[in-house]
Amino acid sequence: MSPLRWIILLAGLAFVALAPTQMKNYGVYLTTLWCVYLIAGMGLNLTVGYAGQISLGQAAFLGIGAYTAAIMSKAGVPYLAIFPAAAALCFVVGLLLGFPALRVQHHYLAFATLGFNMLVFLVLRNEEWLTGGTFGINNIPRPTLFGWRFNRPLDFYHLTFAVLVLTGVLMAFLLRSPWGRAFAALRDNPIRAESVGINTTFYTLMAFAIGAAYAGIAGALFAPLVQFVEPAPFGFATSLSMLLMVIAGGSGRFFGPALGSVVVVLLPEWLRFAADWYLAVFGFLIVAMMIWLPGGLLSLPERVRR
Amino acid sequence: MTALLEVRDVHKAYGAIRAVDGVSFSVTAGEILGVIGPNGSGKTTLFNSILGQVKPSAGQVYFEGADVTGMGALPLSRRGIGRTFQSLQVFGRLSVRDNLIAAGQEFSGSAAGRLFARPDAGLGGRAEEIIALFRIGHVAHLPAGSLSYGQQKLVDIAMAFMASPRLVLLDEPCAGVNPALIDELTELLLRLNREHGGTFVVIEHNMDFVMRLCTRVICMAQGKVLAEGPPEAVQSNRAVLEAYLGV
Repeated sequence: MSPLRWIILLAGLAFVALAPTQMKNYGVYLTTLWCVYLIAGMGLNLTVGYAGQISLGQAAFLGIGAYTAAIMSKAGVPYLAIFPAAAALCFVVGLLLGFPALRVQHHYLAFATLGFNMLVFLVLRNEEWLTGGTFGINNIPRPTLFGWRFNRPLDFYHLTFAVLVLTGVLMAFLLRSPWGRAFAALRDNPIRAESVGINTTFYTLMAFAIGAAYAGIAGALFAPLVQFVEPAPFGFATSLSMLLMVIAGGSGRFFGPALGSVVVVLLPEWLRFAADWYLAVFGFLIVAMMIWLPGGLLSLPERVRR
Repeated sequence: MTALLEVRDVHKAYGAIRAVDGVSFSVTAGEILGVIGPNGSGKTTLFNSILGQVKPSAGQVYFEGADVTGMGALPLSRRGIGRTFQSLQVFGRLSVRDNLIAAGQEFSGSAAGRLFARPDAGLGGRAEEIIALFRIGHVAHLPAGSLSYGQQKLVDIAMAFMASPRLVLLDEPCAGVNPALIDELTELLLRLNREHGGTFVVIEHNMDFVMRLCTRVICMAQGKVLAEGPPEAVQSNRAVLEAYLGV
């Protein structure tokens, strides 16, 4: 990366870290939610953008992570154990889903993952003994880590931001490694990838499971953020929003989900001036963007140059 | 000399159609074998049967003495068989250099080791060698998908050599390539054969290319081997002329 890009990146990170200090509680909440969605979006970008698989089930993994955090924290398990547990559980579920589901591709895979999302939603809604059913689980405590309590919205935001930076660094490391090249190779040309020794089954599964683990970490932050979980936020609509996040920002581009999650989480809030029309305006903007910028917002400079 | 590749009585039928009908041949190390024949004669089906893309109805394929019949692309590549396809097969969004590294990175170490390996998987030097050999240094940093057809063809072929395979099967390397590049490709493959001991099996329609490159030629027609021998002998074979020209 060039020095200029490093400066832009560090300035951007400093802005995101500090901006909420000047915000009211709702602004801090929204920025925290943006970070949470961004972590899940980074995972989905790995699955969709880098490895070329389609997934309409990311919200299910977000839900598994959130309920894992809710149940474990209510049982008194420290968050230091909850984050890895949520990630590991989603990784394993991602592998178990991936083994049969990744035998199919494209729209068939989309429907397989959609079915999985429905299944998880039904489990969350119907298995009251574990999940509280439609009543959900409330009074989820905010984390305490190394004696530091993250009760205040701003403190919790900084924790979420730190996790975002950490997961971002890990993702950058993964994508720069030979694994990242293998993911891109199987996205671009799976037949050739296999002929040059790339184990497409292994790498597809890994992309899917790591993407799921990221959603698990995001879920483990979502639960203490809202301090109440119920099945509704983990339905199909959220999975679609996450896919929109990846595509609107720029699928297969590292910073794509960062912009995409601005579109999905923050843009509807900024459009509230349009009152009852805000959803219509939002929908129109998305349609227009998909037509003129199919490569996502990050493809804007290339579009301008053409 | 022991055969590097041995194809024994391979058959492949699709219903009543016998695409490959009892083909046998062998390839020794250092040889360049040409496979020619009119369209529909079974050349590509034969390739696909050798490379496990289709399962032969009968017969065996041996590589370095081991039975590899029906083995898929992945285990065959790991045993040292490289290939190119009839159509262009590059990783379009990766740079040329990354295409080459991707083509070689899986052949050493473990998957876990590659996760923590250097970004170039320790293959930067090898990639530069291949780039220099194929004279594609001026486009090495560009996405492979942005190159001209001929340049992509070179990258496609170069990728097959990245892992130092002991045998490379080339499926119509001259298809859609301009005459100047065909000359360059011929020189390159001859050099790889002479200096690096490269062993190739080449399916090709361009007879001039086959005559200049191959040490031995097999002509196929209707799924069978019609003629086999030195290029000049096969070219002037009466049955071959009949199959090609209908005379």
